[in-house]
Amino acid sequence: MNLTVNGKPATIGEETAVSITHLLEALQVEQREYVTVELNGDIMDRGDFEKATVKDGDSVEFLYFMGGGR
Amino acid sequence: MLKIPREILDAVIAQAQVGFPLEVCGILGGTANRVASRYPMTNTDASNEHFMMDPKEQFAVVKAMRAAGEEMLVIYHSHPESPARPSQEDIRLALTPNVFHLIVSLENREQPVAKAFRIAGGVIEPVEINTV
Repeated sequence: MNLTVNGKPATIGEETAVSITHLLEALQVEQREYVTVELNGDIMDRGDFEKATVKDGDSVEFLYFMGGGR
Repeated sequence: MLKIPREILDAVIAQAQVGFPLEVCGILGGTANRVASRYPMTNTDASNEHFMMDPKEQFAVVKAMRAAGEEMLVIYHSHPESPARPSQEDIRLALTPNVFHLIVSLENREQPVAKAFRIAGGVIEPVEINTV
């Protein structure tokens, strides 16, 4: 499956659509609990990571939370 | 070493002063450890003790930097009433790899202090700021 991930072409082995959770695992994204995901321009709710599917040709962006405190 | 144009560092400090007593935050973009642009961000916590960036703004800034041929170099925020050193929360939430963390302290509002760090795996490394 060919995707665009953070603006760059990426290929994962799966031929069929996968969940966002599966994609983050396949991309070996660390500390996934702190990641925000945008799929084809839409920011995804964390609760939808298991059921939202990523398919060939999709564009995925992910970022880590950016925060802190004194 | 982190190179920051004087006018951009001054703008970061001014943002911290205008936003006082709340923490302010933002992102600096550039290449080869040299800052070229500043992106002030909303502190969604609107707090004197915490900051959290708006994911929608984060994605927009990342795309703008990409379009400009820049990379995310610095995540910055202010400490309105504490020193310019990473707090435990700063360390815990330093999740984005390969960026510098710039902290502006207004502990003495007449004499703001800006310091930069690398934070990885809970380890803090001070980084020299070279204003250019």
